[in-house]
Amino acid sequence: MHPNSAILLILRRMRAPLIVLITLYAVSVLGLTLLPGVDADGRPWHMSFFHAFYVISYTATTIGFGEIPYPFSDAQRMWVTFSIYLSVIGWAYAIGALLALVQNRAFQNAIAMQRFGRAVRRVREPFYLVCGYGETGQLLCRAFDHLNRRFVVLDIDPARIEELELQDLRIDAPAITADARHPDNLLMAGLTSRHCIGVIALTSDDEANLVVAAATRLLHNGEASILCRVTRPEIADNMKSFGIGHIINPFETFGEYLALAIRSPGSYQLMEWLTSTPGATLKPQREPPRGHWILCGYGRFGQAIADDLQVEGIDLTVIEPDHSIACTSQNVHGVGNERHVLEQAGIERAVGIIAGTNNDIANLAIVATAAERKPDLFTVLRQNLQSNQSLFSTFQADFTVRPAQIIAHECLGLLMTPLLARFLAEVKRRDDAWSDAVVARIAQTCGERVPMTWNVALDGRGAPALEPALRGGAEIELNALLRDPTNRQERLNAVPLLVLRAGQQHVLPDDSFALRTDDDILFASTRTARARLQGTLVNVNDRDYVLHGRAQRAGWLWRKLARDPQSVAP
Amino acid sequence: MNLEKVVFGFFIVFAATLNFGFVIGEIDNPMHHNATELFFAIVVNLIATVLKFGDRTQVGAVHLATSLVADLQLLAAAGAWAYAAYVSPTGVDTGAITTIVSLSAGALLANIISVVMLIVETMMLRR
Repeated sequence: MHPNSAILLILRRMRAPLIVLITLYAVSVLGLTLLPGVDADGRPWHMSFFHAFYVISYTATTIGFGEIPYPFSDAQRMWVTFSIYLSVIGWAYAIGALLALVQNRAFQNAIAMQRFGRAVRRVREPFYLVCGYGETGQLLCRAFDHLNRRFVVLDIDPARIEELELQDLRIDAPAITADARHPDNLLMAGLTSRHCIGVIALTSDDEANLVVAAATRLLHNGEASILCRVTRPEIADNMKSFGIGHIINPFETFGEYLALAIRSPGSYQLMEWLTSTPGATLKPQREPPRGHWILCGYGRFGQAIADDLQVEGIDLTVIEPDHSIACTSQNVHGVGNERHVLEQAGIERAVGIIAGTNNDIANLAIVATAAERKPDLFTVLRQNLQSNQSLFSTFQADFTVRPAQIIAHECLGLLMTPLLARFLAEVKRRDDAWSDAVVARIAQTCGERVPMTWNVALDGRGAPALEPALRGGAEIELNALLRDPTNRQERLNAVPLLVLRAGQQHVLPDDSFALRTDDDILFASTRTARARLQGTLVNVNDRDYVLHGRAQRAGWLWRKLARDPQSVAP
Repeated sequence: MNLEKVVFGFFIVFAATLNFGFVIGEIDNPMHHNATELFFAIVVNLIATVLKFGDRTQVGAVHLATSLVADLQLLAAAGAWAYAAYVSPTGVDTGAITTIVSLSAGALLANIISVVMLIVETMMLRR
C-alpha cells in the first residue's frame, strides 16, 4: 500500500462534501450582497462581500454576533434565515462524511498500515520477523520477549493480532493483520531492513510458508536465517530447492524422537535433558517398549510416525476411518475409540497405542478406551489445541505430542544455540553407552537438574577479554578457562560439549584442548557457572586471575604506586 | 464522453476565464475591476482545487499544486481589497487596486498553466 494512502483517501472521499460546502457558502454570501438594505441614515445600501462573508461565517458556525454593520432589512433577514438552514445541511453532510470515513474499514486499514510501517522502521535493534501468530507463534514470541529479543508479527487473522495487543509482553511488538503471501506486506514488515536477522514462517498454510521463505531468500540481502514450518513433504522439497536449511516438520520431528526413544532410550534421555527448560527436574520416564503398536489416524502425523516406526522394525497396525486413505499392509477401518475396532487391531498383544487424529477429544477417548482394556499400555497422545491443556495434563499419557511446542522449541534452539542442533545430530548417530556416559558426566558436574545449554564464540564480541591474547598466539587450554574466577583452585560446573572450528566439529573436547580465536563452544552448565565463565571472557581482571593467578590493581593510581605497573601477586 | 472529465474541464477553464475577466483592464483603475467577478473567481477556483484532491498521478499532483497557488493568490487579492476598503484610511486608491490586480494576475498565470496541462493531457490520450 502507498505510504500516503490515508491522506489521499481522506482527500478523495471529502471531495463531494467540500464542494457542497463551498457552493453553499458562495450562494449565501452572494445572496446577502444582492439583497437591498438600508444604512443608519435610511439610504438604500448593499452589503459588501467582506461584510457578507463575515456575517455568513459567524452565522454558519452558530456563533451569531447579530446584525452588522446596520440592522438588516426584512429581505436580508429572509435570506439569512434561508442561509442558516443551508449551512446547517452543508456542515452536517461534511462532518457526517468525515465520521463515516473514520469508521471505514479501508481507511482504518490504511492508518494501521502506516502506523505499523513507522513502528517497524523505529526498531533499531536486531529483530525477527514472525509470520503467523497461531499457537506456535505465540509460544515463540513469548520466549523471544523473555529473552529480550525484538520481533515483528504478521498474521492474516485480525483476532490473533488483537490477542497480541492484549498479552502482557514486556516490549510492544509491531503487529499487523496482513497476508504474508504478498511480498509487499513482508517488505513493509521490515524484510529488507538491516536489523532483520531472521524470518520465521509459522502459518498453518504450507504454501504461504513457502512464499515467505522464497521471498526472504530473494529479497533479503543479508544473512537472515529462515525457519519454516512445513507438514507436507512435497512443499519441503520445494523449499530445499530454494536452499532453505531449517525446515521444521513437527510430525516428522516427533516421529524421529519416538523412534529414537524406542531404539536407544539413553540417547533419547540425553536429548530430552539438553532440550528441556533449564532448572527443571526430569521425571524418570517410561521407555517405550518394542512389540506390536496401534496407530489411530493416518493423516500427515500418522504417516510420518508410521514411516519412522517401520524403519525401526516395529510391528504396526493402523486404524483409520477414511476408506479412501491407502494405509500400510495391516490396517483396520473404523474409529479408534470403539472396542471392537481396537480388538480387531489386536489390542490383546499390543504394547503401545498412538492416538494421532486431529481431534483432541477423539484422541483422549481412544486412549481412555484402550487403557481401560489394557492398563499397562504405553500411550502416546497428540494434543492439537493449547486450550485443551488442562484435559491433557490430567490424563497423563506416557508421551504427549504438542506440535506447536515442538516447533517453538526447535526454532528457539536453532536461533539461540545453533551448536546444540549439531550436537543433537551427533547424539542420534552414537549408541546408548556413549549417551549414558555423557548423561553421567553432566549429572556429576551440574547436578540432577536440567543444565543450561549455551554457546559462545571466542571472537571480539563473545570474548573481548580473551580474544587479544588468543590472536597474539597464546596457548589457552580449555582446562585453564574452566577455573572459577572467585577461587581458581575450583573448577566451574560446566561441561564443554562441542567445539566448532572452521566448520569442523570436535565433540566432547578434553581438558587439554587448545583454544583458538573464532572457536565456537557449546557448554552445558549451571546458571552460576555460566555467569562466572562469561565474567572470565569479558572482564580483563577476571581473566588475569583465572589464567595467571594475578589480581590486577583496578585503578590507575594503584597501578602507578605498585612496583610492577601491570599486576601484583595476590 | 466522460461526465467526470466534462465537469473537471469545465471548472478549470471557468476558473481561468473568470480570473482573466477580472484582471483585464487598466491595472490602476478601480472602475475596470469588478468585486463580484473576483468573488466568483475565488469560488470556482476553490471548487476546481477540491476536484483535484486525491489524484495519485504525477500530473494530478502538479494540477493540485497550480490550483493551490491560484487559490492563495486570489485569496490574498481579496484580503488586500477588504483591508484597503475597511481598514486602510485611504480606501481603495490606485495603489491598492494595483496590488489587488497584480496578485490576481499571478493567479491567472497559475490558471493558464492548469489549462495548458489539461490540453496536453487530452492530446496525449488520443481517444
